[in-house]
Amino acid sequence: MSISTLAAGAAADAAAPAPRPRIRRRRPSVTPYLFLFPGFVLFVVTVVYPIVQAVQMSLYDWRIIGSATSEFLGLDNYARALGDEHFWLSFGNTAFYLVATIPPQIVLGLLIALLLHARSPIRPLLRVLYYLPVVTSWVVVSLLFRFLFADQGLINWALGSTGLTGGDTSWLGDRWTGMLAISALGVWKGIGWSMMIFLAALQGVPQPLMEAATVDGANAWQRFRAVTLPAIRAAMAFVTVMLVIGAFNVFISVYLMTGGGPAGRTDVLLTYMYRLAFGDLEFGYGSAIAVILTLIVLVLSLAQLRLFRDRDGVAR
Amino acid sequence: MTAVRPARSARRIAGIGAGTLRHVVLLAGAGLMIAPFLYMIAISFTPNSYVLTTPPQFIPENPTLDNYAQALDAQDIPRYFLNSLLVAVVSTVLSVLLSSMMAYAFARFRFPGREVIFRILLVGLMIPAVMLLIPQFVLAKHLGLLDSLGGLVVFYVAGSLALNTFLLRGFLEQTPAELDEAMQMDGANAWTRYWRLALPLAKPGLATATIFTFLACWDEFAWALTIINDPDSRTLPVAIRLLAGQGNNAVQWGVVFAASVMAVVPVIVVFLVFQRYFVQGLVSGAVKG
Repeated sequence: MSISTLAAGAAADAAAPAPRPRIRRRRPSVTPYLFLFPGFVLFVVTVVYPIVQAVQMSLYDWRIIGSATSEFLGLDNYARALGDEHFWLSFGNTAFYLVATIPPQIVLGLLIALLLHARSPIRPLLRVLYYLPVVTSWVVVSLLFRFLFADQGLINWALGSTGLTGGDTSWLGDRWTGMLAISALGVWKGIGWSMMIFLAALQGVPQPLMEAATVDGANAWQRFRAVTLPAIRAAMAFVTVMLVIGAFNVFISVYLMTGGGPAGRTDVLLTYMYRLAFGDLEFGYGSAIAVILTLIVLVLSLAQLRLFRDRDGVAR
Repeated sequence: MTAVRPARSARRIAGIGAGTLRHVVLLAGAGLMIAPFLYMIAISFTPNSYVLTTPPQFIPENPTLDNYAQALDAQDIPRYFLNSLLVAVVSTVLSVLLSSMMAYAFARFRFPGREVIFRILLVGLMIPAVMLLIPQFVLAKHLGLLDSLGGLVVFYVAGSLALNTFLLRGFLEQTPAELDEAMQMDGANAWTRYWRLALPLAKPGLATATIFTFLACWDEFAWALTIINDPDSRTLPVAIRLLAGQGNNAVQWGVVFAASVMAVVPVIVVFLVFQRYFVQGLVSGAVKG
C-alpha cells in the first residue's frame, strides 16, 4: 500500500525540525496525503486562493458584471483610500470602538473572574449567566440593543426617569452616541468571554506564593500586583490580541443597529467596505480596504505578542 | 480584592462581610447581563400596540401568543429554522470529518511538506473571515454557488477547517501513539486506526469542535446576507434581520423577538448541556464566541 523511496525519507527527515519522540518515524507513504487531500484542497480553493485574489483585485478597477474588462490600476486604490475622507471617518469609528470596548472588557472581565474564583455555592449559575450573551447570536443581540437604544426605548426611559438625562437622546441618530451604543453592546456581549479566559488562567496562580505573600503582610492589592498579575500574563496577552482582532472585525452590530447611518456617520471599516463592494460594486476599492484592514490586524497582533513577551522576559 | 479565601479565624467576620459584598456585586452584574434577555422575552409576549410605551411593561399586562403565531405562520420562521438547522448540521459533520482527518495526518505521520502545509493552514487562521467576503463572493459566483444552501455549506466548512484542525491535532497528539502502533502490528490499515482508535480517543475534542462549529454556522450572518437572495433559502439570522427592517417605527418588535427567542433557545440549551466542552474549547485557545 505504501510507496516509499529512500530519497523521500531523507527529505522528510531534513524537513522536520525537531522530531517529537511521540511520533515514530515511518517510511513516507501516500497515506498522510490521502488524509489531508479532501480538506486541504477545499481549503486552498476557498481560502488560500481568495486571499491571493483579494490582493490581486485590490490592484484593479474590478468589474464583476458581464464581460466588462477590469482595468489595472496598480496602487491607485490604496492611494484613493488614503485620500478618502470617509475611509478615515470609518477608521476613526473603528478606533473609537476599539478604545471604548477593550479596556472595559479586560478590567471588568478580570474583576468578575477574581470575584468568581473564590468558592461559592452559586458560582456555576453565575458563570452561566455571565456567559449567556457570548453564546447568543450577534444578529439577535444587535436588534435587541437597537430596540433598547430606540428613541422611546428602555435606555432613554431609564435615564429620563432617574433624571440623568432628559430621556430624549436620539442615540442611534448621531455619530458619537451611536458609536457609544454600539460599544455598549460590544462590552456587554464580550465580558463573559474574557471572564472565562481569566477564570481558567487564575487556576494557574501559585497558591503557596499567595499564602507566603499573605504571611508577609501583603495586602490584597499588593498580592494582586505581585502574584496574580504575573501569573496570568499569557492569558492577558491572548485576550488583548483577540479583542483587538475582534474590534477591527466589528460589522454585524453596526450593520444592524445603525446601518452605518445617519449618512454613513457611524460606518466602521467593514461596513464601509461592505457597502462599497455590494452596494456600489466597487470590488477593487473594497478589496484594497480589506487588505489594509488585514495588514493592520496582523501588524498589531504581532507587535502586541512581542510586547507582552518582552515584558515577561521569557521567550515563548 | 476578595479573590483569596479569607478563611483564617481571626478574619472570619471580615470574611463574611467581604463574601456578602462579593455576592452582591456578582449578582448585580449578572442581573445586568440577563436583563436584556428577560426584557426581550417579555416583549415577545406583548401585543404590538403596547411595545415601546412609557413606562415600559416588564411583565406584559395583556400577554399574548400572537407574536409567536405570526412568526410561525405568516413569517415562515419554521422553514428558515429548518434551513439553518440543515446547513449547520451538514457543515458541522463535514468540517469535523475533514479536519479530524487532517489532524490525524499531522499527529501521527511525518512526511515531506508537513511543515509547509501546516504553515499554510496557520495563515488561513490569521486572516479575518470578513476580509475574504469579496473574493469568496466572486468565487461562489463562478462556481454557481450563489443563492443556494450548498453555497453556505461549502464556505462554512472551509471557514472552520483550520481552527478545527488545530484543535483536534492537539487532542490527537495527547492520545498514546503506542495503541496506534499496536493496531498497525495487528495489520489494521490507517483508515481503521483513524476511525476505530483515534476518533473514539479524541471524543472530548470532537465534541468541542462540533459544538463550536455548529454554533458558528447557526449564527453566521455576513456570508448568508451576501449570497442569499431567494426567500426560500434564507437562514434564521437573515430572516430575523429582514423582520426588523430598517426604520424603528414600522417594526413589529414583538414578532422580531418571538422569532429571536426561537433562534436563541436551542443555542442556550446546547450551551447548558455541553458547558464543559465550551470551557475546554475556550481554554485550548483561539476560539472566540
